[in-house]
Amino acid sequence: METHEEKPIIYTMENKPIVTCAGDQNLFTALYSSLTQQLPREPMEWRRSYGRAPKMIYLEANFVQFKEELLPKEGNKALLTFPFLHIYWTDCCDTEVYKASVKEDMQRWQGVLRLHGSVDWLIVVVESDNKKKNKTNILPRTSIVDKIRNDFCNKQSDRCVALSDPLKESSRSQESWSSFLTKLRTLLLMSFTRNLGRFEDEMRTLREKRTEPGWSFCDYFMVQEELAFVFEMLQQFEDALVQYDELDALFTQYVLNFGAGDGANWLGSFCQPVRSWNGLLLRRPIDMEKRDLIQRGEASLLDLRSYLFSRQCTLLIFLQRPWEVTARALELLHNCVQELRLLEVSVVSGALDCWVFLSCLEVLHRIEGCCDRSQLEANFSHTVGLWTYATEKLKSLGDLCGLVSENGPNSEDLNKTVDLLAGLGAERPETANSLQSPYKKLKEALSSVEAFEKHYLELSHAAMEMYRAIGRLRSARLVGKSLAEFYMRKGDPQSAENFLLDSLKSYVSESWSLPLTHTRRQIAECQKQLQKMDEYLQTSALLASDANLSDEERKHFCQEILTFASQTAESEDPRVALSMSSFTQLHELRFRPASALVHVGAVLQLELHLCSLMPVPVRVEQLAASVHFAGEQPGTTAQKRAAQNPDGTVTFPAASPVSASPALELCEIQEHSPSDNALNTAGVVCKNMHLLMRRHDSTTSLDTPITAPSALAMDDGAQMLKAHDVTLLPGNNSIVFTAPSQKPGTYTLRQLCATVGRVQFVLPHIYPVVQYEVYSQEPQLTIQPLTENLLAGLPQQVKFTILTGHYRVKKGDALQLSNTDSMPVLHSSTCTARILSSTGELVGESALSIQSSEKVTSISLPLTPPYHTLEFLLDVLCHIPSSPARVESEHLTNGQISHRARSRARFNSGMAVIDQKVSVDCPWSIYSTLVSLTFHVPFKVKHSLLSAGRRKFIQVCLQNVSDTNFKLTNQTLAENQHTPSLELLSLNTKTHSVVFSQQCVFSVWELQWSGMPPVSLQCVFSASFAPADAPDSALKPYSYEFAVERVSTLYSVRAEIRPAAGEQHCRTGTLCRLEVSLTRLTEPNDADRSDEEFSETEGLRTSRLMYEVIDNHSNWAVCGKSSGVVSMPVAAMATHKVQMEIMPLFAGQLPFPNIRVFKYLPHHASVVIQPDTDSCLENDSLSVLDKALEDQADTASLRSRGSVQSLGEQQPRGVPMPKRQAFGPGQVFNGTQGRQVLVLPGTDHHVLEVNVT
Amino acid sequence: MAVCIAVIAKENYPLYIRSVPTQGELKFHYTVHTSLDVVEEKISGVGKALGDQRELYLGLLYPTEDYKVYGYVTNSKVKFVIVVDSSNTSLRDNEIRSMFRKLHNSFTDVMCNPFYNPGDPIQSKAFDSIVSAMMVQAC
Repeated sequence: METHEEKPIIYTMENKPIVTCAGDQNLFTALYSSLTQQLPREPMEWRRSYGRAPKMIYLEANFVQFKEELLPKEGNKALLTFPFLHIYWTDCCDTEVYKASVKEDMQRWQGVLRLHGSVDWLIVVVESDNKKKNKTNILPRTSIVDKIRNDFCNKQSDRCVALSDPLKESSRSQESWSSFLTKLRTLLLMSFTRNLGRFEDEMRTLREKRTEPGWSFCDYFMVQEELAFVFEMLQQFEDALVQYDELDALFTQYVLNFGAGDGANWLGSFCQPVRSWNGLLLRRPIDMEKRDLIQRGEASLLDLRSYLFSRQCTLLIFLQRPWEVTARALELLHNCVQELRLLEVSVVSGALDCWVFLSCLEVLHRIEGCCDRSQLEANFSHTVGLWTYATEKLKSLGDLCGLVSENGPNSEDLNKTVDLLAGLGAERPETANSLQSPYKKLKEALSSVEAFEKHYLELSHAAMEMYRAIGRLRSARLVGKSLAEFYMRKGDPQSAENFLLDSLKSYVSESWSLPLTHTRRQIAECQKQLQKMDEYLQTSALLASDANLSDEERKHFCQEILTFASQTAESEDPRVALSMSSFTQLHELRFRPASALVHVGAVLQLELHLCSLMPVPVRVEQLAASVHFAGEQPGTTAQKRAAQNPDGTVTFPAASPVSASPALELCEIQEHSPSDNALNTAGVVCKNMHLLMRRHDSTTSLDTPITAPSALAMDDGAQMLKAHDVTLLPGNNSIVFTAPSQKPGTYTLRQLCATVGRVQFVLPHIYPVVQYEVYSQEPQLTIQPLTENLLAGLPQQVKFTILTGHYRVKKGDALQLSNTDSMPVLHSSTCTARILSSTGELVGESALSIQSSEKVTSISLPLTPPYHTLEFLLDVLCHIPSSPARVESEHLTNGQISHRARSRARFNSGMAVIDQKVSVDCPWSIYSTLVSLTFHVPFKVKHSLLSAGRRKFIQVCLQNVSDTNFKLTNQTLAENQHTPSLELLSLNTKTHSVVFSQQCVFSVWELQWSGMPPVSLQCVFSASFAPADAPDSALKPYSYEFAVERVSTLYSVRAEIRPAAGEQHCRTGTLCRLEVSLTRLTEPNDADRSDEEFSETEGLRTSRLMYEVIDNHSNWAVCGKSSGVVSMPVAAMATHKVQMEIMPLFAGQLPFPNIRVFKYLPHHASVVIQPDTDSCLENDSLSVLDKALEDQADTASLRSRGSVQSLGEQQPRGVPMPKRQAFGPGQVFNGTQGRQVLVLPGTDHHVLEVNVT
Repeated sequence: MAVCIAVIAKENYPLYIRSVPTQGELKFHYTVHTSLDVVEEKISGVGKALGDQRELYLGLLYPTEDYKVYGYVTNSKVKFVIVVDSSNTSLRDNEIRSMFRKLHNSFTDVMCNPFYNPGDPIQSKAFDSIVSAMMVQAC
């Protein structure tokens, strides 16, 4: 528990509980050494009153010879000198001797004890074998001890102990020692308990009397301290400390009560003026001088506190709790200062500072004395408070004694110093030899300016080092700041600057505005003295805009800048760049127009709203924003301007606390492929990821560097937005810039710079990104139909739109439309053009003059500024080509490019489409613009040739394929060649008809001729049509040209079905006879001859025909040969009959089977198909026969399609095969078509077949 | 009662700081700012027992000659600092604790306000009046 080296210096350690010894002194002296040695060997448990926890205690005792004076007199409360146990020693073993002298002596001893009320006694009888041997006649056992017990210890037999052979090394002797010591300890503890208990009771009683008038704290103090001493003597430091703490608390309470107006008389002695301030004294265990003062009631408050603390300190160090000492010391020092203030004790100014300074150092020295270096370093957090306190106090002493000023102390200061030093008194003897004693330090520090500085810096740096070592950077910087203040007062701004900047850092990084302002002001002063102009101006700008400062101060700093700005430059770099953030705050930027997208040369205005932070109006010579220009590059990554609102404003974020995390900034990104501008990728990009993804410390580091304002540089961009001579009033201002828009591309605002004389306020980055775009546009002409579909044949309106782009339409500029016959431009005098601005506003209207010549239609345009839109409507008519398949080759009348109006038949919408290309010569281009217009033919017309024997009919079917209803009149059919003998007889009854959308109108004409029938006919079907609701004057012609070939009937086919012989009707299942007669009706004329193959056999010209009987509907079964070749004589009315057997398969009226006739071309004939001179032929001859029959009704479409494969192509060339060739429609008249024959059911009636369809 | 009451954000910038008008505001700002050192030291939990971690009251941060500075930290690491005059001895630990509790309740109300953006300076009148009551009371 206790190191042995420390023992001698502690005064109280020499105190041990006093035990008196009476009786045989020689005997005791012989046993003394072993007794003192053995007593503390084993601990005893000390059970205590008032519920205090029992303790194991090692007992020691100071054995002294019994004297009556030792016994305390009545009223003497001293505990330290109190004999706790009285022992009577005897080695008497002779009853006689006992009776004669010893008993008497004991009775006297007992009498004295009883007189003083002491009941703590013990009689020790030492038995020795040596003595017993001499007196053998006497009863050996228990005689004397029993006698003594009988005589003295009635009911207290334990008060008499026998100790046998104490000086021998035998087990018996050991045993006897051990039981004796136990008894001794027990009795000692009993005595402690009893006597201390009594003492405490008395002490408490005394304490309860504290409200009585005569009560003295000092007296009570002495009493309780006595108890503390005893506890300390018993090495019960904890208990001893409790006593002092109780005294401390009691005193504190009195002082507080005094402060509350409840004064105690005795406190008056503590209120005497402080005359001595020599600090704490912790090097002695008990400061007897102070204790005497207290005992005499002459102690001052500081004396009492000092003494109390020194005792507490001593005990705490015994308890190995040095760090509690420092904490208590700081509390004590603070408390004393407060108490003196509270008690209104008069103190020489500076005296307390001295006292505190000395005390701090004394405590630190004391702690350093009992701890090693590593322990100290680990516990800086406990000591640094004292260091700082000492530093503060030394500083205020320095201030007081004029040691800080540049000039040194004046006489008044010196007087003060002398007074203060006087109060310190003489140095205490303990420290007189030490070189570094607090006393010496203070004396030296106050002796001269230099010494003060040395000591002050030493302390400050020590405190700062410690703060840094334990990570209390803010505290370290605060110490640094006060050091800086010291330097500033010493006129050394150089040294001060770094400390100030350092502490500024922490206030900036944590946004503590008030300390920030204060520190910054100090920095400004410092920089001004150092003549660091750039930094000073920057700081001034910050201060001028600092709302924490008064108006006057702000104006002062603002004026500093303005004064500097107006000075003429003397150095080669005349400009000083300052951060704009201190000067103004950007609020909003507004684009006009809002889209921030203008064409080249257009006016784009930017309205900048900013808030001037300066306290006075500042005239800015130039406010310029540098602009980064990027030319148009198609295909590069196009970033959408995310920060720009749709209403064309960019809002600048308000300055937020530094440490707050920034908001997420997203923008859309689209990447177009460079070749075709198609969208390749689209995505969302976070633009400030580097800020967001930064590691977030839970506590922001104080060491984050602040952006140095010196790094400002103004890029001299080629393009600038400038505003000259702007006066910025305090508060909100609005400045309008006109943006350059000479070149197409993207303009990004980069920096902002306000120039005031030599000073430039620069905003190095404008954030968020502000961009505007300038585009350039080529003039453009578009012609669009006004309706969904343009209909051919009717006047249709088309809309001409001219985007003038960069071109200015001058006087005399005209559009030259090349005329085509198929699409004339119908112009009327009422044609007006509308001129629209780029934003779509109507600027003006003017009439158009349209002049048509043979080749061109010239439309003279009205004057139109660039980037405007010119619109006008024009009527055009597209003639429907009379023959849809006819290919026209037309030369442009203006003779520039040959192009043709092609018409293509498209069947997807059922409407034939005519693509009409118009060539327009525009005034801005040397090239013609080709505009394609698509017209839809509203009608689809089909024709067919119908025969009835020799009579011929032409049917025309007109289908309205458009969505409009038309009225149709004057349908006529004319023959082109005007064959004289030919007549077309109309069989139509109505001349007017309305043809609804998607409906058809049929018209039929009979072909009549006299003489030779026409070989082929070129016919024109014409009609007038107009929309059903239009007046008759709007009727437009429609014509359809077609040709009919091989009009005359060559052969007539007849057939008869006869039932089997003997039957009246045909029956199912029985064979019938089919008789087919082929009759040549006319002699072939020249035209036909080229068509037919003739052979001459035996002088008779014949042509070969192939017939075929096919029943497609499975009504008939053709038995035997169903086809054959016949030779037909070339003569009119030559008939050939063929018979064959067929069998009906069903009963009822059955249609005749199909009988088909072909030309038969034998294999030796030329395979090569003769090329047709007539254009019609290429399409309808050589078709597959079966198909030709099926598609008979659709010949018109077949012709125009012209894609039917010919036989010749199907077969491999050069292989001699006979061929069959179909006749043209109308060349063969089939009389069996539509004929039916009655078939009766078969004879077996028991099978009845019923077909339900 | 209290001479200065401050609410400090997790990032150590002041959300609210008010002191008695009679004494220098600046001094309190310095005091409170410096006290953050001790607050951080205490929060960092060196030698802090597990059971204590729910204890929000940090106790006396540091005494000066004139003032005592007490600290309190919410679970979201918002710090409350109360500075009381050293001469005001009627304030015991319990009173300080109850002041912090009151402050915390009122602060919670502020945070519950949907119009309050966490991290902004506190401008709530209700909070202000609670603070005023603490500064005036029993002084």
